[in-house]
Amino acid sequence: MRDRITAFLVLLPSLVAVGVFVYGFIGQNLWASLTDWGRNPAQALALRPELKFVGLENYRELFTGFVDMRFRQSVVNLIFFTLFFMAGSLGLGLLLALALDRSPKGEGFFRTVFLFPMALSFVVTGTIWRWLLQPQGGVNVLPTLVGLPPLSFPWLTTRDQVLVFDWNALPFYTALVVGLVLLYLAWRAHREGEPKRLAWSLLAAGILFLWAFTVGRGLHLLPYPEPHGFSLALVGVILAAVWQMSGYTMALYLAGLRGIPVEVLEAAKVDGASEWQTYRHVIFPLLAPITLSAMIVLGHIALKIFDLIFAMAGLDYAPTDVPAIYMYLLAFRGNQFAKGAAIGLLLLLLVAVVVVPYLASQLRKEVRR
Amino acid sequence: MRKWLLAIGVALGLSALAQTGKLEIFSWWAGDEGPALEALIKLYKQKYPGVEVINATVTGGAGVNAKAVLKTRMLGGDPPDTFQVHAGQELIGTWVVADRMEDLTGLFRQEGWLQAFPKGLIDLLSYKGGIWSVPVNIHRSNVMWYIPAKLREWGVTPPKTWAEFLATCETLKKKGLQAPLALGENWTQQHLWESVALATLGPEGWNNLWNGKLKFTDPKAVAVWETFGKVLDCANKDAAGLSWQQAVDRVVQGQAAFNIMGDWAAGYMATTLKLRPGTDFAWAPSPGTSGVFMMLSDSFGLPKGAKNRQNALNWLKLVGSKEGQDTFNPLKGSIAARLDSDPAKYNAYGQSAMKDWKSNRIVGSLVHGAVAPESFMSQFGTVMEIFLQSRNPQAAANAAQAIASQVGLGR
Repeated sequence: MRDRITAFLVLLPSLVAVGVFVYGFIGQNLWASLTDWGRNPAQALALRPELKFVGLENYRELFTGFVDMRFRQSVVNLIFFTLFFMAGSLGLGLLLALALDRSPKGEGFFRTVFLFPMALSFVVTGTIWRWLLQPQGGVNVLPTLVGLPPLSFPWLTTRDQVLVFDWNALPFYTALVVGLVLLYLAWRAHREGEPKRLAWSLLAAGILFLWAFTVGRGLHLLPYPEPHGFSLALVGVILAAVWQMSGYTMALYLAGLRGIPVEVLEAAKVDGASEWQTYRHVIFPLLAPITLSAMIVLGHIALKIFDLIFAMAGLDYAPTDVPAIYMYLLAFRGNQFAKGAAIGLLLLLLVAVVVVPYLASQLRKEVRR
Repeated sequence: MRKWLLAIGVALGLSALAQTGKLEIFSWWAGDEGPALEALIKLYKQKYPGVEVINATVTGGAGVNAKAVLKTRMLGGDPPDTFQVHAGQELIGTWVVADRMEDLTGLFRQEGWLQAFPKGLIDLLSYKGGIWSVPVNIHRSNVMWYIPAKLREWGVTPPKTWAEFLATCETLKKKGLQAPLALGENWTQQHLWESVALATLGPEGWNNLWNGKLKFTDPKAVAVWETFGKVLDCANKDAAGLSWQQAVDRVVQGQAAFNIMGDWAAGYMATTLKLRPGTDFAWAPSPGTSGVFMMLSDSFGLPKGAKNRQNALNWLKLVGSKEGQDTFNPLKGSIAARLDSDPAKYNAYGQSAMKDWKSNRIVGSLVHGAVAPESFMSQFGTVMEIFLQSRNPQAAANAAQAIASQVGLGR
């Protein structure tokens, strides 16, 4: 009992601090996002602004309002950026780790070289890569070193988009993706022999698909088509981000590879597994937990990205816009504090979707232990 | 006893207020523009040696970072004693309507500034019967820059209208110049837009756009976007990656013939690139805007609740004085807002701009904060992006009008 009181007293200061400075301010931000703060310029920067409650109006405007088209493009950009950045960093990191795992000459040297970009701040990386990606220099003249004609891709200044879709089709595509995830869960339940879970997942997926193909297709968020797609200008940004973070995933994977017991590998060899089979059935499954933690770390970095894009393309360039940048523009340049708060909250939710299930599963594991 | 102590305290406090104490000046003048501010501060220290001046600068072009810092400070109830702000709606639409500034009409009367500054400028500084900041300098937005020797080589003359400009552009393209107009990142494109708009709408129409009498969706205003689209076809395709200096460099190196930029470009070419104004490089009003001076101005205001109010007022007096303006502006590369400044202190470009400042019709710039509140201006970048992405004049006009209604432009 006494121990408990002492423990509580010791924890109290940090509990209060976290309660006020984290959850208190999240709450205040939520409140601000439900008001009209900034709509009336006379109140926006008054000493004691009078705020009116407007419900979810700010959120509605962000997703379906006419002038916030740029927010929607920034969301699309963020999704593509996150996907390609994670895929790139994980892939490259794994390849580097596999190469270094074979203990080549100068392994320590290369390990440091690959890990080094992580020591830089995103602002430095962004500035260097902006120079490298100038249309008439840097990367584009690389081929001339071996006698080829220079590239002419305008990297950061292109306005081209690929994978263009209509924003109105968003509910349909979202339902489709979630449905596919449910199908995957059903397949896993089937393999693990859990008929109850299988039935539930199948049912949910079925309902979702039915909704998507009947109601979802007819649903229109906007009264006019609004195309959004993957901005090719992001390719340069992804390149820089992968360059910076792949060393980190390499280090994670290398630790994982070194942690695989030799007995397991030898057992595989004795069983007559080819090298590919060893990787496919022994090494990669053992690396899965590492992939998961790397994905969590990379994912939340990607979702919160701001400084890299700020340094590479500036704030005003819509093709490389992400919600964090649009939030800054709206709140601190346009005085639209309520809308800025709404974007902030959406970003928090996005990151929470990635991080909370992970934390929960980790916690459950610890309790089980 | 207590009364005595109180009286002594008040007396001490008053005398301290008169000559000593502190003065915090908040601005974004660092780097190239730093020396001009330093000179002004030096002058202040000569007059009021007892005052400790805190020079609080936050770097970043056009104050992009400084404004954000200022907003957090003001929201937190910790205003600096005086701060730099673009004269006009950027100050009025953000700070004056929120009741955070002191009316300076009394100061203007007392110092005789109502006569010293041109009326067009006073109009831009006024709102609801008050005058809200003291302008220290004037820059001109609608200027076209070129290299005379190059133009002679190509056999063209600086165009007087946008129609002439487009014809000249075709001629130059045929001579192998890919992009006759040099352009930079987003804000320089907006900067070009305001020159096109001023020429297409005329000064009257331009003002009507901002007081709400002319809608963005009016055919006349949509025509601005149509011309603008044609002008963009004359410009370089990699604009988004260039700073305004790099765009000027293209003209200087002969990769482009013209550049539309504010007259800080004169400072850049004369001081940094060591070119002689008038011979090595030359200028003209941007096409279709001769006789009109589209101005922007840095000014200082007095926030309510300034801790050292008297010192700040002394600073404002210095900033608006002839001595102060003629110390600051030759170093900054701008001209004085006053009509009675000494031309001998300025270079060839400055003298020509001063002549125009006295004789031309004065209108305010959009991009640099004079005619529209920040809530409109910051979202105008989005309108520009919509146009650049879709190249659809009507779509851009609709978006601009939607934002104008949303922020209550002209109300």
